[in-house]
Amino acid sequence: MSNTMKTVAIAGAVAAALVGHSTTTAEAAAKEKCYGVSLAGENDCAAGPGTTCAGTSTVDYQGNAWTLVDAGTCAEIELPNMADGTAREGSLEELSRDLPA
Amino acid sequence: MTVSQSEFRAALLDADRAVPEGLQNPHAGPAGARFSVYRNNVVVSLTEALATAFPLVRKLIGTQTFGQLAGHYVRENPPASPLMMYYGETFPEFLSGFAPLSHIGYLADCARLDLAFRRSYHAADAASLDPAVLQTVPETLMAIRLAPAPSTIVIRSRWPLFDLWRFNNVTDAPKPRAAAQDVLVTRPEFDPAPHLLPHGAALWFDALARGSSLGEAHAETLRKTPDFDLAATLTLSLTTEAFAAPE
Amino acid sequence: MLDNSPRFERLPDGPGVGYKPQHFNDLLNEPAPVSWIEVHAENYMGSGGRPLAQLRSLAERFPVSVHGVGLSIGGEGPLDKDHLARLRKLVDWLRPASFSEHLAWSTHGAEFLNDLLPLPYTNDTLKLVCAHIDEVQNTLGTRMLLENPSSYLAFSESTWDETDFLAEVVRRTGCGLLLDVNNVFISATNLGYSPEGYIDAYPLDAVGEIHVGGHDEDTDDNGAALLIDSHGKPVVDPVWQLLCYTLAVTGPRPVLVEWDNDVPDWPVLRAEARRAAEALQPVR
Repeated sequence: MSNTMKTVAIAGAVAAALVGHSTTTAEAAAKEKCYGVSLAGENDCAAGPGTTCAGTSTVDYQGNAWTLVDAGTCAEIELPNMADGTAREGSLEELSRDLPA
Repeated sequence: MTVSQSEFRAALLDADRAVPEGLQNPHAGPAGARFSVYRNNVVVSLTEALATAFPLVRKLIGTQTFGQLAGHYVRENPPASPLMMYYGETFPEFLSGFAPLSHIGYLADCARLDLAFRRSYHAADAASLDPAVLQTVPETLMAIRLAPAPSTIVIRSRWPLFDLWRFNNVTDAPKPRAAAQDVLVTRPEFDPAPHLLPHGAALWFDALARGSSLGEAHAETLRKTPDFDLAATLTLSLTTEAFAAPE
Repeated sequence: MLDNSPRFERLPDGPGVGYKPQHFNDLLNEPAPVSWIEVHAENYMGSGGRPLAQLRSLAERFPVSVHGVGLSIGGEGPLDKDHLARLRKLVDWLRPASFSEHLAWSTHGAEFLNDLLPLPYTNDTLKLVCAHIDEVQNTLGTRMLLENPSSYLAFSESTWDETDFLAEVVRRTGCGLLLDVNNVFISATNLGYSPEGYIDAYPLDAVGEIHVGGHDEDTDDNGAALLIDSHGKPVVDPVWQLLCYTLAVTGPRPVLVEWDNDVPDWPVLRAEARRAAEALQPVR
């Protein structure tokens, strides 16, 4: 692609994006719809529920033994053993996985 | 009989160790189960923190299995900071190396997505980019530099990461397809949400985050992914407020 | 928020609640829900987002107490300088009416154990705790309040009573005290002494704030009562009575209801706050 062609391509894409863009409405600080993130990782100064002595045997497991005691939703997910995923260009190492932390 | 905090700590995280002798009940007898209150509180509170912090992983393997897994993780990796909001930074790597669950290859990436939600939630506030900035002559447009907002996080995955999230969070969502999916997490105002990124868009974001201009980033991305759809990626970025307004 | 002075000079001598995000709307929409609120410092040390936005709104309306749960003042090692700096930043930004922390440790080396762990009361730990409190007060530029722990066991090496230890900390550092009467009740039951006796021996002049909260009941290996500081239930009657016993001597003080686990809907917590207000009524 020539430089002119690239410029035209970008300008066209931007124009399309601006048409497709609708402004989102502002929401109040109170509105909560973030999938429970807000309650993750709260510090507090209480002993947690289930921390009493009665809970010792169930809590103080030291296990080397591992059993898949119950199955979550992963049992319903059938993905071929595609540890490498579908073929794709580039290597993951080239990319910092998470943009600004 | 003195009890150092090192001894206390060692017995705290290892139930096979004896309760330190200098710890007593009110009749100068051994503390016994009284010490378990601390043992339990540390492990239970950290396990619960992990369970609320990694909801996608928990749903995938089930609450009980997650509890077992967390029992291993929290003993080997207690928090390195008093900020519980960030606990679990090393959980994805732990999952990658955890043999009993290695057959579920996508778990570590799902943990990275859970982690991204929290990072995004607590990230610095920033005004989002006014799309009007892009209404300019093509030559200026090519040179514009766009900065991802502090709350914007891109995760690349060899697994159908977006589908996995949706299957576990949206009613009647279809089962994950066998495809690699990159995910964009953005936080318009206060609530982080995930979005499926078009093919190559992760590379484009990476180039922009490194300071490349719009023109350079586009060229770079096209070299590696000729089918990169800039219009679709830009539309997604603008509607989800992925970019911060220039300083 | 450029002004450096507190927006509210001190906590009012009325009822307060530990703030939970699920009560944000209730607190802002009711005409007079409580006199003040308390937040856990560590939950407001992120860079931005909803937690800080909510706190900003609340601080315009309520006097705020910042209650640290992660500084490890009773730790053998030095205080975490990064954490102190984060506290300083929060206090400078929020300008709270009060800052308090615990007589406990929670950090060991680089590890944070997420629990308030006990320490023996000896001349050595006294020196250590006082040095840490001096450092906190110098860093924050404010007098702090120190809270008595809930105890499940005793240290054979202890040479001080908890009340004498606290009184000496106050004398040496000039700090104030946060008296948790639920913790007194728990410790007294668990370690076999009289809760009223503890209050009688306690340096009540230094009390800047009082806590009440719920606890769980269990037993130790010998079948003796073992109360656990779970903050997941209503305050029990004996703890309300101990609060009244204390207030009769101290006069009105800021009284906080703590509820951290199984957090109820606002009306339930409000009812607890009203009981705290009733306890304050006779001593006004």
